Amino acid sequence: MSSASAAVDFAWPFEDTSRAPFRVYTDADIYALEQERIFQGPVWNFLALECEIPNPGDYKTTFAGDAPIIVARAKDGAINAMLNRCAHKGALVCYKPKGNVAEFNCVYHNWTYDLSGNLTGVAFRKGVGGKGGLSDEFEMKANGLRQLRVETYNGLIFGTFSDETPPFVDFIGAELASNIDRVFPKKLKVLGYHCQVLPNNWKLYAENNKDSYHASLLHVFHNTFGVVRPNMGGGVKISDNGWHHLSYTQRESLGDEVVAKEKVRSLQEQYKLNDVTMMEHKLELGDQVTNAIQTVFPSLVVQQILNALAVRQIQPKGVDRTELVWTILGFEDDDADMQELRLRVNNLVGPAGLISMEDGCVGGWVQRAAKADPEAMTIMPMGGRAIEASKGSRITEAAVRGFWKGWRECMKV
Amino acid sequence: MTTTESDLALRLRVEDLYAEYAHTIDDDRLEEWPGLFTERGVYRVTTRENYDNGLPLAMVYCDGRGMMADRISALRTANIFEPHVYCHMLSAVRVLSREGGIIRARCNFSVLRTMQEGETMLFAVGRTFDKIVEDGGRLRFAERLCVLDSRRVDTLLVIPV
Repeated sequence: MSSASAAVDFAWPFEDTSRAPFRVYTDADIYALEQERIFQGPVWNFLALECEIPNPGDYKTTFAGDAPIIVARAKDGAINAMLNRCAHKGALVCYKPKGNVAEFNCVYHNWTYDLSGNLTGVAFRKGVGGKGGLSDEFEMKANGLRQLRVETYNGLIFGTFSDETPPFVDFIGAELASNIDRVFPKKLKVLGYHCQVLPNNWKLYAENNKDSYHASLLHVFHNTFGVVRPNMGGGVKISDNGWHHLSYTQRESLGDEVVAKEKVRSLQEQYKLNDVTMMEHKLELGDQVTNAIQTVFPSLVVQQILNALAVRQIQPKGVDRTELVWTILGFEDDDADMQELRLRVNNLVGPAGLISMEDGCVGGWVQRAAKADPEAMTIMPMGGRAIEASKGSRITEAAVRGFWKGWRECMKV
Repeated sequence: MTTTESDLALRLRVEDLYAEYAHTIDDDRLEEWPGLFTERGVYRVTTRENYDNGLPLAMVYCDGRGMMADRISALRTANIFEPHVYCHMLSAVRVLSREGGIIRARCNFSVLRTMQEGETMLFAVGRTFDKIVEDGGRLRFAERLCVLDSRRVDTLLVIPV
């Protein structure tokens, strides 16, 4: 696949990733190259959860970048992922979001595939009455569904198109893998889904998650109602290669005066909530961390916001449209009270989330403003130019600079 | 089934409640919205995907007027979004049953959203499943569940549907 590469005339115009040109959000050729070099390149794409396909024959459809994917559990329990595109005419093999099947059957011309994607049957293969059908040269083996390499980690299923992608734990690094161990220590249960359409390039949302600087400035619900002080402890961890990050807060006060001097619009405190039950939570993960937002480059966010646990999958849908799929989670052993607590605290997140809804619109505002001037740039100066971890402070854009480092390395620009 | 006059009267009252609900939101009298529910009334917005699969998650879950009022004061003072208004279109109103003081009713709705720049889009389509009671001399929602067919929420949902 070199068609996209040939068409793109783009070189990174700066010496480092503390700046990025707006063109990266608006150029359709760059978008096409990202499909090839990022989503079908040396990354692990989050695809689904093991608990969504518990039984042999269960499947779910999803995306890796633009590419439609089937994730299926085979008869032996193994999990397979394959391109959802018939080897014959290119139709979607599975056009339903999920199901349970003995084999896959493309309804267009009745070609069949096993649960690993191997071509097992072609209608009228021998023709009719000795006429028509496939020639002897046709190789069934060479015409299966394109298969992805799959790894699972704590119930999360990842797939990669590339042979170069290192094992998942090496890909994100042991330090960041340990946060997935922390947030998803036992069997997961899906409480529901949200799907949010963002009117912006996928990278604006990917950056937003890594941008711990904006959190208390844009999302002022907590501060407005005085429910949680912004001056909690926490920090930012970044993988050695810069691609992935973890931003977290934990309970330890740095003293009110630290933030009191800043112009945080929110510290008015004349507003009070009538009902604080949606803020009630339990520290269930064995530590003092109340919020943890983790990114796995390029398209996964692992979320712990109080007891609202989720994975968010970023699905690019063209240069200026992104779908964000939230899978909201609990644990299989949650009792009724714990589930109720999670459902309440989930008011904070999702498309209508009291501390997340703003992320739905800010990316669109950048997209609209950036469009007119692709050679102008965004700057990311907070916390210097380095891509390094930060303890105690989340007022840094280091992880965003790390995102662009990963982007450049994959894109080879 | 014979339709008695009181069935018709009840249906008209339910339709009136539905219209009042729509007008309260569409007129931006959102502070009055919790008053259309009983004190312990429940309001939830979910999707057909979650509803049909028996998944308990709601996009918005208000348990009681207090949480509804908090949603509205957050919208007024804390949440940031591009100003917009709704126009509700309601249809297929039916009273399903009346038992033990609880009226079960439903309707279909579509919500047209108009942004400050004047662009209108079909924002939400779905069904309501309601439990309605006599409360203080009028009808109020004891429970309103809005199930969106339109699973993909454009940008954000801040004004209740």
